[in-house]
Amino acid sequence: MMVLPIPDGNTQNTATSALDVHGLTVEFPTRRGVLTAIDDVSMQIAPGEILGVVGESGAGKSITGLAVLGLLEHPGRIAGGAIHVGGRRVDTLSEAELTKVRGREMGAIFQDPLTALNPLFSVGKQLVETIRLHSDMNRAAANARALELLRNVGIPAPEERLRQYPHQFSGGMRQRVVIALALAAGPRLIIADEPTTALDVSIQAQITALLRKLCDETGVGIMLVTHDMGVIAETADRVCVMYSGRVVESGPVADVIHNPQHPYTRGLMSAIPSLHDRVETLAQIDGSMPRLNARPSGCAFHPRCPHAGPRCSAETPPLVKVDTTSAACWLQQGGTQ
Amino acid sequence: MLAFIIKRLANAVFVMLSVTFLAFVIFTAVGDPVDQMLNEQATQEQRDELRERLGLEAPFLVQYSKFVARAATGDFGISFRNQQDVLAMIGERFPATFELVLVATFISLVVGVPMGVITAIRRQTWYAEAMQFTSIIGVSLPSFVVGIGLILIFSVWLGWFPAFGRGETVDLGWWSTGLLTHSGRMSIVLPALSLSLFQITLVMRLVRAEMLEVLRSDFIKFARARGVPARRLHFSHALRNCLMPVVTMTAMQVGGLIAFALVTETVFQWPGMGLLFIQAVTFVDVPIMAAYLCIVALIFVVLNTIVDMAYAVIDPRLKGADA
Repeated sequence: MMVLPIPDGNTQNTATSALDVHGLTVEFPTRRGVLTAIDDVSMQIAPGEILGVVGESGAGKSITGLAVLGLLEHPGRIAGGAIHVGGRRVDTLSEAELTKVRGREMGAIFQDPLTALNPLFSVGKQLVETIRLHSDMNRAAANARALELLRNVGIPAPEERLRQYPHQFSGGMRQRVVIALALAAGPRLIIADEPTTALDVSIQAQITALLRKLCDETGVGIMLVTHDMGVIAETADRVCVMYSGRVVESGPVADVIHNPQHPYTRGLMSAIPSLHDRVETLAQIDGSMPRLNARPSGCAFHPRCPHAGPRCSAETPPLVKVDTTSAACWLQQGGTQ
Repeated sequence: MLAFIIKRLANAVFVMLSVTFLAFVIFTAVGDPVDQMLNEQATQEQRDELRERLGLEAPFLVQYSKFVARAATGDFGISFRNQQDVLAMIGERFPATFELVLVATFISLVVGVPMGVITAIRRQTWYAEAMQFTSIIGVSLPSFVVGIGLILIFSVWLGWFPAFGRGETVDLGWWSTGLLTHSGRMSIVLPALSLSLFQITLVMRLVRAEMLEVLRSDFIKFARARGVPARRLHFSHALRNCLMPVVTMTAMQVGGLIAFALVTETVFQWPGMGLLFIQAVTFVDVPIMAAYLCIVALIFVVLNTIVDMAYAVIDPRLKGADA
């Protein structure tokens, strides 16, 4: 396996990172050959940091999250690389060992809060279950902890809410419960996969603010998977832009937004409507992301790239540091010719 | 909840009225009961007197309302064949059928539910495949063949269980049970097994289908992400979400089992209502047939109502919702 440089300057060592993914490759064997969904992806999240992972549908953002959680759906498999959560290697664990790590070391928040909770158990029961699975608290202590969690995620009248069932909560409130569940055992890392996509815009801001607050208070690292650049801009510390299973650019949010290096990131930024400049038509990136079984040679973005040269279709650019950010583009690495 | 119960009760009354009407039509249409009750030498005076005594001179609707009024108090008249009170005859037989159905239902759940879960979560294994295959045999064999087969193997060849009858029974006031004596327990095994075989298959296939559905749902994935271990995930989180249709089907089938136990009862000469009914059919003993019909219908209606109420207990979303 080719060893790549660490994605950006914000280098932590493996022992203290909330998450350290190095050279992760995920494959899906199919009848017509092996598809590589994630190709040599590296990323790190420090404690108390929110890393935004952004990209189009199918870029591999969610699969990266699922791979970290060890919840890849059959027949998906991790074919290379290493994943450390809180300094502990998790990609080599057995299912039984993973069960102990999930929830305790890493929590998850999924897209649709309406379906993430078991409809037949009260919210309190699901919280207490999670707490007691990962600690030796007795029922009373776990109950108190559940109450505290609901209070922390901003649910009014938590004593009463604890006894209620998911269907008695609104979407936003349910997502708060999901967040409380993810936090229940005090994990070091939370994988938040499109946590605001299914919510009303006004609720979205509340939830992202809550994530930010919890991150600052508890020191949990959050991997915020989304296709919404706006959410990243408001919430994340650093951002990782994915395209067709690879990281094409990563760096501090402000730098990536204001000074994007990769043509794809530039395209994404110009596609965000601005409040200040009224325009008739929004900018868009022509074409669509290639399917996994038809990935172009070299840089996967080259067929859509306005700057593409002969080198782009021949060689895959590595991710290298440019100022504060890193980009995988030949433009910054001696040109496209 | 109160409105719900009242609605259900009104529903039940309507269904029961329809059934008694049907029963009554059968009762009057099958033939002149007087012909069957008196012998051929009876004089016209005797016939008229009996007709008067039975109220058969009154118009149809009057007779029907009297029938309903009497049926409501549990009076279904007397058997044409042996002049005994019909309700007493059925009451005597009912415990036998009920115990048989109860044990059969118990067996079908205890065996069927775990089999359903296992075939769902261990889909590729040889034992899951074997269970799936065996279950096809379970549904395709008619129950009298199963009954005779069981008798042949376990009574005739192995001699483990009695081939017919109910064994000794113990009287508990108005209920006579065979479950408290050794011979009673031994006797119920084969008929209950034979009756439950079809149910086991049904329960297993239903649980399997529901489990496969539920295991794909988001909350199962999220529960895994919370670190819920597999056993708890399958048997608590997933299984509980499968129980609604299982409860429905089981309760419906209890009614069905009571009705269709008559085949099993005939094969095993089990002294239950089914056997009584079969005998009544051969002698055109209409009051017994009518009463049997009403009682089976009543059981169906009561079970349906209980099922609807059980829903509210299993699924909190239904509390307060209009059902």
